[in-house]
Amino acid sequence: MSWETVIGLEIHAQLSTKSKLFSGGSTEFGAESNTHVDLVDMGLPGVLPVANKEAFYKAIRFGLATGAEINQVSSFDRKNYFYPDLPKGYQITQMTKPIVEKGSIKVLTDKGEKLINITRAHLEEDAGKSIHDLFEGETGVDLNRAGTPLLEIVSEPEISSAKEAVAYFKAIRQIVTFLDICDGNMAQGSMRCDVNVSIKKSGDKELGTRAELKNINSFKFIEKAINYEIERQIRVIENGESVVQETRLYDSDKNETRSMRSKEEANDYRYFPCPDLLPVVISDKELQEIKDNLPELPEEKESRYISEIGLEESEAKIISSSKTMANMFEEASSKTDDIKLVAKWLVGDISALLNKDNIEIDESNLSPENFGKLIERISDNTISGKIAKSVLEEVWENGSDVDEIIQTKGLIQIQDESVLEDIARKVIESNSDQVASYKSGKDKLFGFFVGQVMKETQGKANPKSVNEILKKLLK
Amino acid sequence: MTVKYKTIKEIKQMISQKEISNKEIIEEVYKLIDENSHLNAFITLNKDRSIKKAEDLDNNPSDSSLAGIPIAQKDLFCTKGIRTTCGSKILDNFIPPYSATVIENLENAGCISVGKTNMDEFAMGSSNETSFFGNVHNPWGEKLVPGGSSGGSASAVAAGIVPAASGTDTGGSIRQPASLCGITGIKPTYGRVSRWGMIAFASSLDQAGPMARTAEDCALLLNEMCSHDVKDTTSLDENIPNFEDSINESLKGKKVGVVSDLDLSSLDNDVIGVYENSLQEFVSLGAELVDISLPNLSLSVPTYYVVAPAECSSNLSRFDGVKFGRRSENPKDLEELYVQTRSEGFGDEVKRRILIGSYVLSAGYYDAYYKKAQQVRRLIKKDFDEAFSDVDVIMTPTTRGPAFEIGSKGSDPIQMYLEDLFTISANLAGLPAMSLPNGNIDNKPIGLQIIGNFLDESTILNFGHMYQRKTNWHMFTPEGVKQ
Repeated sequence: MSWETVIGLEIHAQLSTKSKLFSGGSTEFGAESNTHVDLVDMGLPGVLPVANKEAFYKAIRFGLATGAEINQVSSFDRKNYFYPDLPKGYQITQMTKPIVEKGSIKVLTDKGEKLINITRAHLEEDAGKSIHDLFEGETGVDLNRAGTPLLEIVSEPEISSAKEAVAYFKAIRQIVTFLDICDGNMAQGSMRCDVNVSIKKSGDKELGTRAELKNINSFKFIEKAINYEIERQIRVIENGESVVQETRLYDSDKNETRSMRSKEEANDYRYFPCPDLLPVVISDKELQEIKDNLPELPEEKESRYISEIGLEESEAKIISSSKTMANMFEEASSKTDDIKLVAKWLVGDISALLNKDNIEIDESNLSPENFGKLIERISDNTISGKIAKSVLEEVWENGSDVDEIIQTKGLIQIQDESVLEDIARKVIESNSDQVASYKSGKDKLFGFFVGQVMKETQGKANPKSVNEILKKLLK
Repeated sequence: MTVKYKTIKEIKQMISQKEISNKEIIEEVYKLIDENSHLNAFITLNKDRSIKKAEDLDNNPSDSSLAGIPIAQKDLFCTKGIRTTCGSKILDNFIPPYSATVIENLENAGCISVGKTNMDEFAMGSSNETSFFGNVHNPWGEKLVPGGSSGGSASAVAAGIVPAASGTDTGGSIRQPASLCGITGIKPTYGRVSRWGMIAFASSLDQAGPMARTAEDCALLLNEMCSHDVKDTTSLDENIPNFEDSINESLKGKKVGVVSDLDLSSLDNDVIGVYENSLQEFVSLGAELVDISLPNLSLSVPTYYVVAPAECSSNLSRFDGVKFGRRSENPKDLEELYVQTRSEGFGDEVKRRILIGSYVLSAGYYDAYYKKAQQVRRLIKKDFDEAFSDVDVIMTPTTRGPAFEIGSKGSDPIQMYLEDLFTISANLAGLPAMSLPNGNIDNKPIGLQIIGNFLDESTILNFGHMYQRKTNWHMFTPEGVKQ
């Protein structure tokens, strides 16, 4: 029997606002426990939430960038449940009137481009953290994260494989980082997702019973968790049993999903409109201002790089694929005239180094200034491309200044033709056999002479000059 | 010199004439609190700080509008550094790190907060019988309830201990005890007074207001209590008039709406008589009686008892023993921590309302109860909007009768809920409403309710003050009529 998979994602993107969704508390990551907590975040008796407009503006940017409808009047609801790191005993979220509805995003899959619809994107507050391993026999609660604004982005169940789910997540991550509304840092939990997975017989119209996989925070785990879950569901059905609607937890150590709670055990969240908050109204003027100031998106960047700068399509695609890459490209380009060379190095050597270290470019030691300088030194013939590679490697290691490396290591290219000619003569004199062979027709030996000159100059000779001089001398 | 039974206006006069020092006033208040300890009106006193503040005022006299005026604060307002219990065991150890906006406003105007008054637990009750700290007694009779939920505040003012107290009113919690204790109290328009620092019962209905001996004093207090507060998004950004300015306006030609579809059949003849006499007083002051119809009024009690419990079931979730307040001893797991803390910490009435509220919000019942109640609420509001196109104020009795005896409503909560029959609709519609004494039945006071249009506290204060200029029901005290 063949099976089709139906997947929907709920992505939580932490919005990069300065203060929390309903209080003045700071959203900074990594502070000492319970230091970024004000009266509202603690849920003290008598406190009231005040909605942070900045979070709305960021959510609207997402809506505009995904061609969604913006609800200029949106409201908040309470989702009631008990948990120690949920200070009020309810989460304030947007159930009935979300700020963003009906958007879509293009995703690159094995079978080409696919449009995945976004049902809604709504604002809600994050909970705190329960810490189970710090105190013997006790659980600690850290409320620093409590009240941090999240944009929950809900897709339609239109994703049909684990790979596609990852591609969708990557597309969302790309867009929120380009919009500067979320730092996209998955390790710090700035983006995480719940995945709804179900299977059905190929061609069936009706959806199967779904399981929800909770709180997954890496691309690798999304793919593994979904694939495990698909196989589990197939196994269940082929054994003549039925899939139970439930919430499951993915255990990355064992690579399996485990039941957390069934539908019967699920909370009744008793949603109702939050009486402490009036509906939030976004004026036409505010909306227009956000539209006018929308940052350039990946696709727009790509076509601009091709049409205005003249990059190859493949280069433009790679450079515009991530915000950090595009930033590096644009900033380094402002330091040098040879923009195409900037692109060539980014796509070539630098991408290779990034892949090797598995990091983003803003996590590397390379600054746009230093990178721009490196390109400048290549294009003004101070150093050769080959030397530049070794300079880049050193910058990569320790972030040293490009000019300093060139100076202290004496890497400046030898331009003086008389010096090069002297060296070339010596090479020719001490290799008379090869000279004879060359002159008798073994043209390939030309490279040997170039190599010898380079060796003598420790690579610092200008290759173009060496070529010309050798050609003249060996005539 | 004594401040017992004195109004704010009288005490201000005494201070400015230097007939009494601020310290003497506060010391007498604490003496009166002691003498009336049987009323159980206070949960926590704030003696040392209050005396210090009075001494400071004696040394550096202030011209703030309420400088040196002793005030009792309902124990539902957070007071920085002073225990705030909301009448509940679950908060019996809670000391807030901040003060409510209302408290700050009153203290900035010079008021001295002498103590925190007893109340029905989380403001849920109409007799003060649900307080964890025991019944409050009505100064008009040891066995009588003071009403609720602001029963401690009403009792303290009625006994002449303080000239003023703060209250909160979700379904009548200022007006009903004001009626049963023979004092004047006003629930302002929803949003006039900031809810920041008020421990929430039902957020869309809760409103703080003053309780005092006269309408004039209520105007003085209201001037200071109202403010637009950015910390409360439901607080109204509207012009706040000086409420004293128009209290002496003539009532000539003003129109009093009399609700023709009000079911008075459950009331004693005495109560109806008192009510009708007051209407005639207003006629003699030049006002005109106009029959109005509020067709959905009879739905207000059931509507209220869906909306208020729904909101409270969510608002009270934060009392879970995790972060503040009482936590049960040695729970064996998280579930038990919640269940035991809340089972031990909440009283029966609070539990009942959390259960009702959880039920009406639960999946499958939301539409039939909560959503329907919100629809009815809009209808009730619409009825009032239409009525106020014809009249300046609407009058009803505040309560079905005078104070009843402690324990007399038995175990039937519905009987208690019907206490709020006349008061609840003003909360549902968000309108300002006042209760002021308008008669005595068997030496027990009873009140008249005056409901005003949206933001029009001035007019109801004007009606109240003109009535009190003409009548002396507000001069009655448990010890006889004040001279």
